[in-house]
Amino acid sequence: MSFAAAMRYRFMKDLGAPALMAARRAMRKKRPSRPDPLFGPPLKSLARLKEIMMRHYFLARYAPGAHPVAWVTSGAPVELLRVFGFYTFYPENHGAMCGAAHMAPELCQAAEDHGYSQDLCSYARCDLGHYFTGKSPAGQLPKPDLLFASNNICQTVTYWFKALAHYYDIPLILFDTPFNFDQITESDLRYMAGQLEEMITPLQRISGVKFDQAKFLASLELGRATSETWGQVLQTMRHRPSPLTIFDTFFHMAPVVSLRGLPVAYDYYQTLLEELRDRVARGIGAVKLERKRLMWDNIAMWYKVRDFSNLFAEHGMNFVVATYTNAWAETIQYLDPDDPFRSLAKTYSLVILNNNLDHRLSLMERLIADYQVDGLVIHSARSCKPYSVGQYDLKRLLMERLAIPSVVIEADITDSRAYSEEQTRTRLEAFFEALED
Amino acid sequence: MSLFAGIDIGSLSTEAVIIDQQAAMVAAVILPTEAHSTKAAETALEAALEQAGARRPELARIVATGYGRVSVPFAHKAVTEITCHGAGAHHLFPGTGTVIDIGGQDSKVIRLGPGGKVVDFTMNDKCAAGTGRFLEVMAAKLGAGLDELGPLSRAARREVAISSVCTVFAESEVVSLVARNEPREDIIRGLHRAIVNRVWSMVRAVGVEGQVTMTGGVAKNSGVVELLEEKVGQPINVYREPQIVGALGAALLARDQARALG
Ligand SMILES: Nc1ncnc2c1ncn2[C@@H]1O[C@H](COP(=O)(O)OP(=O)(O)OP(=O)(O)O)[C@@H](O)[C@H]1O
Ligand code: SF4
Ligand SMILES: [Mg+2]
Repeated sequence: MSFAAAMRYRFMKDLGAPALMAARRAMRKKRPSRPDPLFGPPLKSLARLKEIMMRHYFLARYAPGAHPVAWVTSGAPVELLRVFGFYTFYPENHGAMCGAAHMAPELCQAAEDHGYSQDLCSYARCDLGHYFTGKSPAGQLPKPDLLFASNNICQTVTYWFKALAHYYDIPLILFDTPFNFDQITESDLRYMAGQLEEMITPLQRISGVKFDQAKFLASLELGRATSETWGQVLQTMRHRPSPLTIFDTFFHMAPVVSLRGLPVAYDYYQTLLEELRDRVARGIGAVKLERKRLMWDNIAMWYKVRDFSNLFAEHGMNFVVATYTNAWAETIQYLDPDDPFRSLAKTYSLVILNNNLDHRLSLMERLIADYQVDGLVIHSARSCKPYSVGQYDLKRLLMERLAIPSVVIEADITDSRAYSEEQTRTRLEAFFEALED
Repeated sequence: MSLFAGIDIGSLSTEAVIIDQQAAMVAAVILPTEAHSTKAAETALEAALEQAGARRPELARIVATGYGRVSVPFAHKAVTEITCHGAGAHHLFPGTGTVIDIGGQDSKVIRLGPGGKVVDFTMNDKCAAGTGRFLEVMAAKLGAGLDELGPLSRAARREVAISSVCTVFAESEVVSLVARNEPREDIIRGLHRAIVNRVWSMVRAVGVEGQVTMTGGVAKNSGVVELLEEKVGQPINVYREPQIVGALGAALLARDQARALG
């Protein structure tokens, strides 16, 4: 690590970032807020969230040289990396940003021009498109020293990160998690825990920092507490009216995904939880008129979050739960400080996308009951095969068992070229009509 | 006397139906949609009024449906074709539990609950595979008229396997089958089979319950109906003019709404 880079990073952290935040705050004060006809008052925490994420992306530019930089997949056990002081960057989070900023078609096209298939996940295409063009809604991304992936979400990340390892000519560490067809086995656990222990040597070499068991346990505890608090945040949505919409949580999830294992994420969810509990106590709903409560399946359609948020609120419908946002809280109870490596392996390998359809079915049944769901919107995402396969069977089974109405939207997470406004509108309107009694 | 109108502006055809207080149909017209939805709706409604011998002010309420439903400024309400085909099919065949509507650009399978209420539905994804448009392209390629498809298919002695339902791929497949001198009847039956297999997976997704009723223009194609009946394992209801079922449903909803409004 270089001394100059370290100094520059410190300067930006202590002076640059606070100055930027202060400037933002000053700008915001000038805008008076009007009461919205559809939505409850905006959350105070939202400003803090924006600050955190902006600061994270801002400082990322100065991280190379000052910190070892790792690019990490959303389902990788990042708690381990924290011990070595890695500055972590999440290409999937960046992909979501590209989607929300309507830049995905351009970046995907750039990747396609280099021979990547249109059928490849659009997070991967956005990221590779950034590699080829240097374009990003976040300005400049931190050049990585390490790639850290886990195939507990899909096999795509393995090959996507292999491509990155080739382009950047840097090491890739892969955490391989066998798919859970039935019950997790003893040999699976041993295999996975062994990998985590083996990673320590290369991580020490790449970061120049020695492994420290106490630090590791502290990081695990912070990660655990963060995920647990995130789970509590989501649980406030069981109340009627729900203090949040799922569209809010698509943004509020950014820290638990990409800053997990750091104090800032944990502190943020504490603040958010407090604000939400206060809202619940005062009966303030995120959607003013919450007539029907819905569940969302699959990753967000990032280019449509705002439109959908308005559309559903206009119909008095609020999404109160999603299998997607739930994924970062779902398995955290397996974490056990007395058995750190094995329990970390278990926590990460039993996530929804690495688990069988029976598991998904019973999870969905449970969420539908717990959150008093009236209807289900299923996003069939062209990008995400592991999430989208089996959805029609799940739809049918949930209809048979719970008589819950549902609709499938064929679209994509970021690539709006795979989305048809016209067809989606007909499906959604028919769904609204079917939900009216 | 007050009358109620339903207009279904589909991607290929526009229908207008007028009913009276007793839900008796007093007019029904079918016209091509062509390039302008609003104009198509206007023309179809005028033609239906003329057929009914009625004047515009006698229409107590108008409901629009189909892709062009939002482009009908004179309609009191827009309702999706899912709900309308469900209502129309339920009215014509009260035992209907499953409706299969295959139109020009969309195929839909609708499950009805008590009273004809939609409880579940599924639609084809973006491409034209498994829709009427697919059959139109293939018919043109084979030099057959749309209304010849059914009789030709039923006269087939064999069936040629078509491996793709993608319109573009299937078209080139048909070209090579023609080049190999495969009989036209056999190719057409193969094309119908491809469509039916595709629709069948949608039918299975929502399930078969009670009677099955087929609506939309492709229901006029007896070749498709026959193969679908084979799959479903029971006879399928087809109204003598299946294309107007959506518009009829819209007219029925107009009547219900007018009543609810007093
Ligand atoms: N006489 C006929 N014989 C056989 N098939 C026919 C006949 N007339 C129409 N069709 C089929 O019906 C299709 C059109 O159906 P329909 O009029 O229900 O479509 P639409 O309502 O305009 O379309 P959509 O509902 O998809 O927007 C044509 O593509 C054709 O395949
Ligand atoms: S969206 Fe799906 S395919 Fe893409 S990286 Fe995430 S899990 Fe993998
Ligand atoms: Mg139609």
